[in-house]
Amino acid sequence: MSTPPDVGFYARQHARWHVAEIVFWVAALACAFVFPSRYLIMTDIVRLGLFAMSLDLILGYAGIVSLGHAAFFGVGAYCAGLLALHGIITEPVIALIVAGLAAMVLGFVTSFLVIRGADLTRLMVTLGIALLLEALAERFSDITGGTDGLQGIEMQPILKLFAFDMFGKTGFFYSLIVTFLLFLLARRIVHSPFGLSLRAIRNNPLRASAIGIPVNRRLVAIYTVAAFYAGIAGALFTQTTALASLDVFAFERSADLMLVLVIGGTGYLYGGLIGAVVFRMLQEVFSTITPQYWQFWIGAVLVVIVLVGRGRLHRWVLFLPNLVITRLAGRRAAVAIPESEAS
Amino acid sequence: MTSILTNLFDGVAYGMLLFVLACGLAVTLGLMNFVNLAHGAFAMTGGYICAVLVNKMGWPFFAGLPLAFISAAVIGAVLERLLYRHLYTRSHLDQVLFSVGLVFMSVAAVDYIMGSQRIFINLPSALEGQFDLFGVGIGRYRLMIIVICGLLTGLLQLILARTRFGSRLRAAVDDPRAASGLGINVPQVFAFTFAFGCGLAGLGGALSAEVLGLDPYFPLKFMIYFLIVVTVGGSSSITGPFLASLLLGIADVAGKYYVPKMGPFVIYTVMIVILIWRPNGLFGRAATR
Repeated sequence: MSTPPDVGFYARQHARWHVAEIVFWVAALACAFVFPSRYLIMTDIVRLGLFAMSLDLILGYAGIVSLGHAAFFGVGAYCAGLLALHGIITEPVIALIVAGLAAMVLGFVTSFLVIRGADLTRLMVTLGIALLLEALAERFSDITGGTDGLQGIEMQPILKLFAFDMFGKTGFFYSLIVTFLLFLLARRIVHSPFGLSLRAIRNNPLRASAIGIPVNRRLVAIYTVAAFYAGIAGALFTQTTALASLDVFAFERSADLMLVLVIGGTGYLYGGLIGAVVFRMLQEVFSTITPQYWQFWIGAVLVVIVLVGRGRLHRWVLFLPNLVITRLAGRRAAVAIPESEAS
Repeated sequence: MTSILTNLFDGVAYGMLLFVLACGLAVTLGLMNFVNLAHGAFAMTGGYICAVLVNKMGWPFFAGLPLAFISAAVIGAVLERLLYRHLYTRSHLDQVLFSVGLVFMSVAAVDYIMGSQRIFINLPSALEGQFDLFGVGIGRYRLMIIVICGLLTGLLQLILARTRFGSRLRAAVDDPRAASGLGINVPQVFAFTFAFGCGLAGLGGALSAEVLGLDPYFPLKFMIYFLIVVTVGGSSSITGPFLASLLLGIADVAGKYYVPKMGPFVIYTVMIVILIWRPNGLFGRAATR
């Protein structure tokens, strides 16, 4: 007598750590030792990956399309910058958390605006909030430094032990550890019953509410969490570059972020990290070809991705690794296509 | 008192211009439910083509305007047939990504071809300066904008309400399946409408070079304005976006004049409030789909 395994069985199986995931993080750590001269760009990638992971939480898991995710990034960045500049909280880790919490509060407040209405209204409201904050930051230039940005930020050593060095080594490990910890948290969240209910909402909000999921409360919760993540990413940006200017709120940042996530794929958390690597490499390649006009090619990549179809593209990319894995391990593919794009 | 009237006049001109720029988007976004963030790119194209014709090739300004319309419409038609039509049924996320990609490409391409500085179109001397009417300063150029845009608005209303094509379009938008069942060639109607909307945007772009400024970042800078017009105005008729553009134009001009420090702050706040208050727009009908 064998009863078919229930949903919980599959969910638990899905939540187990795969070999590929461990390989991924070991590889990320190994990069630090393989390319010791490229810390700055690698820090940038890790930070961008964290930021994209934040968008993935709301876009990939809850299906909220946001055009203004840079708002939270910007709040985190300015918050960390101001805290350090005025010597309010000099310890970077605590400042990081405070900055994240500030973004989280904003996320909580604005989430009530965002969950109302359909896709289009959400797009407009998120975009509007980001633009509003940019206008505010410009308006209060005596606090934010206006277009010049915050100047003269000096970061204290992390935990009073590790000072930021000019090669960015400390910054890189700091960012990597923060990202990894937040990734663990995100992984726990999305594989919890809470995360499963989010996916139900994404697939069909009406049915989700019919089986008793409090749709709006769940959306508010995940939006708030995602804002926290974006705020942390922004704070990392300020802390590792000692820089915060108006362009942290820019529309281009939100748009680039979408591209990052789309390149990597939504709905499996690694999309943002993988996308960040590919995106920065693409940017590097394009800006060596045309230093001034690389944006054209980034735009072209976006158009092609959409026209070819995201799901199809990921199947092509994963074809080879899956083939190798099936041949070697003799079992079904370990790297599956995210369910949201399998269409 | 006169400054209020002058500002009102400028605001109306600005609003009319916004309407011509955005009414193509009202159709694609509001009626066809396609999120086209690249609408400003067509306006920019029209503006630059007009600028090249007038400044470099010595065409008269009034000959450049129709050309701006035609060229933007042709480009719109080509892109619609090649790219856009594949995306009508896709998710909003795909549409957003696609059109943002187009915006990036257009910005970089124009920057490459024309340079990044702001350009001006040489105006005929008859359009420069302003005259007084009962003590109210009226700019000739802005008066021309009001006249042209007013005529266009009336024409659009007539086409939509009175012609066979207008009723086809309304039918195709209301229920594409039923419309095609009745023998209406829905894709053709959509393609034509899209091209026409792009043409209007191109014309608006040419007219706006003097008022809004024309540089490669035009599509990004004014994207939010076009979206506001459409989302606030709703999509049930052409009147909604028209009133929304007038409101936006007057509010923006007045805001810049009376509270210059608040900048665009007022507009964004008002937009968010309206969207929260009435998600389908001020003049919209309840969403049926």
